[in-house]
Amino acid sequence: MSDATHPSAPAVTPVPGKGSLLIQDARTQKRNAAERRFKAYGIIAITIGMLMLITLVYNILSRGTGAFQQTFVTIEVTLPEAKLDKNGNRNIDDIKKVSTFGYAPLLRSAFEEKTAALGIQTGMKSKEMAGILSASAPAQLRDFVIADPSVIGTTVAFEFLASGRVDGYLKDRVSRDSIANDNNISVAQLDLVDQLVAAGSIEKRFNLAFITGSDSSDARPEAAGMGVSMLGSLFMMLVVLALALPIGVAASIYLEEFAPKNWITDIIEVNISNLAAVPSIVFGILGLAVFINYMHLPTSAPLVGGLVLTLMTLPTIIISTRASLKAVPPSIRDAALGVGASKMQSVFHHVLPLAAPGILTGTIIGLAQALGETAPLLLIGMVGFIASNPPDSIASGLLDPNSAMPAQIYEWAKRADPAFYERAWGGIIILLVFLITMNTIAVILRRRFERRW
Amino acid sequence: MSLSLTGYVILIVLALTIAGFFAARSRAKTSAGGDIRLLHSLPNYYGYNAAMFTAVPAFGVMVIWLFAQPMMIDNAIFSDIPDGMIAEGSSRGLVMSDVRRIAEGLDIAVAQGALSEAEAASLQSDETDIRSLLGEVGVALGSDVEAEVLLAAQSYRAQSVSGTFWMAIVTIALAVFGGAATIFVARADFRARNMVERGALAVLILAASLAILTTIGIVFSMLFESINFFRLHPWTDFFFGTSWAPNFRGDSDLSILPLLWGTLYISIIALLVAVPIGLFAAIYLSEYAGLKVRAAAKPLLEILAGIPTIVYGLFALLTVGPALVRVFGRGEEGLLGVEWMSGATAVLTAGLVMGIMLIPFVSSLSDDIINAVPQSLRDGSFGLGATHSETIRQVVLPAALPGIVGAILLAASRAIGETMIVVLGAGAIAKFSANPLEAMTTITTRIVSQLTGDTDFSSPETLVAFALGLTLFVLTLGLNVIALYIVRKYREQYE
Repeated sequence: MSDATHPSAPAVTPVPGKGSLLIQDARTQKRNAAERRFKAYGIIAITIGMLMLITLVYNILSRGTGAFQQTFVTIEVTLPEAKLDKNGNRNIDDIKKVSTFGYAPLLRSAFEEKTAALGIQTGMKSKEMAGILSASAPAQLRDFVIADPSVIGTTVAFEFLASGRVDGYLKDRVSRDSIANDNNISVAQLDLVDQLVAAGSIEKRFNLAFITGSDSSDARPEAAGMGVSMLGSLFMMLVVLALALPIGVAASIYLEEFAPKNWITDIIEVNISNLAAVPSIVFGILGLAVFINYMHLPTSAPLVGGLVLTLMTLPTIIISTRASLKAVPPSIRDAALGVGASKMQSVFHHVLPLAAPGILTGTIIGLAQALGETAPLLLIGMVGFIASNPPDSIASGLLDPNSAMPAQIYEWAKRADPAFYERAWGGIIILLVFLITMNTIAVILRRRFERRW
Repeated sequence: MSLSLTGYVILIVLALTIAGFFAARSRAKTSAGGDIRLLHSLPNYYGYNAAMFTAVPAFGVMVIWLFAQPMMIDNAIFSDIPDGMIAEGSSRGLVMSDVRRIAEGLDIAVAQGALSEAEAASLQSDETDIRSLLGEVGVALGSDVEAEVLLAAQSYRAQSVSGTFWMAIVTIALAVFGGAATIFVARADFRARNMVERGALAVLILAASLAILTTIGIVFSMLFESINFFRLHPWTDFFFGTSWAPNFRGDSDLSILPLLWGTLYISIIALLVAVPIGLFAAIYLSEYAGLKVRAAAKPLLEILAGIPTIVYGLFALLTVGPALVRVFGRGEEGLLGVEWMSGATAVLTAGLVMGIMLIPFVSSLSDDIINAVPQSLRDGSFGLGATHSETIRQVVLPAALPGIVGAILLAASRAIGETMIVVLGAGAIAKFSANPLEAMTTITTRIVSQLTGDTDFSSPETLVAFALGLTLFVLTLGLNVIALYIVRKYREQYE
């Protein structure tokens, strides 16, 4: 065996000289560190943005979902004929004469029977016990009786809304310590609530009335709902759709297809891009001055809100419509003109149908923006009014005072009561569900009709 | 009653329009002997032409009439009100609104059958209790009705009725005339399509002019009310005064400077948050990020721009504000143990949240602009041995700078005009202070608070909102114009 290793240079790595590419001198290290830092800044910036988004979404979901659950108290109420229908002839007019004050004692006696049956000793007066119910309970009872007078004289099990404080107690918003200075509820009442929960008479469950109901007065957060303001938003969106879409498309067609290049069309174009950037509250001032002060249209009406939002949405729709008209290749127009169509016919019969999906997408996005807009609605008075009944016709939907979803949320946010804050977050969930739906439809439309020429 | 007459007129004109369409169409066909190849235009165009000339002039006149009539009647009655009738502390305008209200009440009473038409016209205030009468039909009046007011209301109604009557006649006459004339000319050689297309073009032009009308509407509505305001309140005090203390009993200090300070302060904080984050996000997305990261991160960031501002307002008021108080606030609860912040509403609260909202404005626009810088510039820099970050800092960013400045200016104008975040998050105290933990107020907040609630458009405390709005409009418009100018000018450089 011989040592067959090739005689080679000693196993020493060559010492790179100064300026070699193989080692990093101090300056290169500095530069590379700077490079890494710079890249890290970018990652940090994006992470911060994402964290903000997550915080926002987490906040909305964690605070708002509570609004969809409400505490209900089940009690059996006896409806004595002697009190509710003195004549005993079930005449609806006589029954209506009994006011909600006439129903309150029924609730109190129902509470006494309930606690007696469950063997709960509270030492409270029945009026105090009934205080755990929402202030709307007697009205609910009265409405029930008026709707069906045949129940008079029977005993019916009712589910009443618990008062906002009791609801907060079961949702951990109100604690025994925090109510020390609270006149609306006492520790004894909370004890009663605990006992009733144990007996299964108080439970938390899904509350449809939050989605369908109307706003309520300051003292009854538990009865407030979004339904009527959703209708207000719906009517505003109808106005925006009926006005902004045709006007916006017409304006875009003119500017994109017919307009000569002169100073007038220049002014119009600059104007449109500027209008898109005017603060929304300025449109509110315009609406107040022109539609309400000058034209005497009714304050707080969805019609006025819709008109203001139309003016706001128009630039968005015009800009997106022009983009989709521009995307239709000239060959389509040329082909139409070549077979003898007039300019107008080539646009309306050929270009417009091809651009329609893009126009629709832009319109939906514009509508979504308008749906979430609040500031101009504050000025034309779509806040501070409690719309208690859903509108009964299209005209009353347009002209009767109403609120809109974002305005309703603002209204709740202003009332310094945590129970209303919860509803404001809940309202935001509903609003965002609408917006996400609209944007999803826009994306699907875009995908579905996307065309490459 | 007047409404129902208007409704009938609309129905009649619509019916005439449809009838005109078919009549003109069939007349054109007949004139060609049933062979539509002999027609100049497709048969429908003859119909459209007739419908156009029936409906458009009639409805046009009707709309103008409906707007002009109340104004003219108002003016006539307005000048008829004797000076002696205007009570102490009242004004001609207030008397006029009484007149309108009573007239409306009489209309409702007639419609509900509580009064006959003749009774309503001959009522006298000393014989009948008008107030309780109108109260029964659901029109509440503040005080008893004076004889002159009732007379004015009755003449108001009489003039409205005769005005509406004449409107109906003129409108229907125009419709009939327009329809008849176009049916008469609907013959084979009539160039119907050209006519219809000219009409359609006019509609398109009208729609495009609406943008100008809106701008004129904005400027004039604010200008008129601002002039009214400056008549009541010296403009020097508004622009150069130093205190904002509205007082609805009169004698208010209404000066824009403290509000401007609050607005700018909050906007600057918002930009301090949004510009670095947005810019670095844009640089990373356009220069470093892989396709997948970019495809995911960009739309996610843009969601922040699509969230309604009321959500940010609530977030500021209920989440960020209390969190800041927990850090800077009261001794025991405060994490720092300092007592710098007393309430959740503060400049910092609103500024931070507004900054979050503005991130995508800065990032998306900057991203587009950085992407527009030609690759050859980068390649040249790499060829000289520069690292990626050096290339970005020394080549790409300087090339993109004008566009980025434009993007930042657009974000700034957003910040200045933003309302809901500051209404809920910034507070309502107008003052000059450098402490970002104090509550301050902004122009938009004040506009909202001066114009909501009971608004009486004769007091400077209400009218000041229009002057504030005009200032805001001019301010943001100026920023937008500069920003658009910079962005456009820059973009042309590489084309």
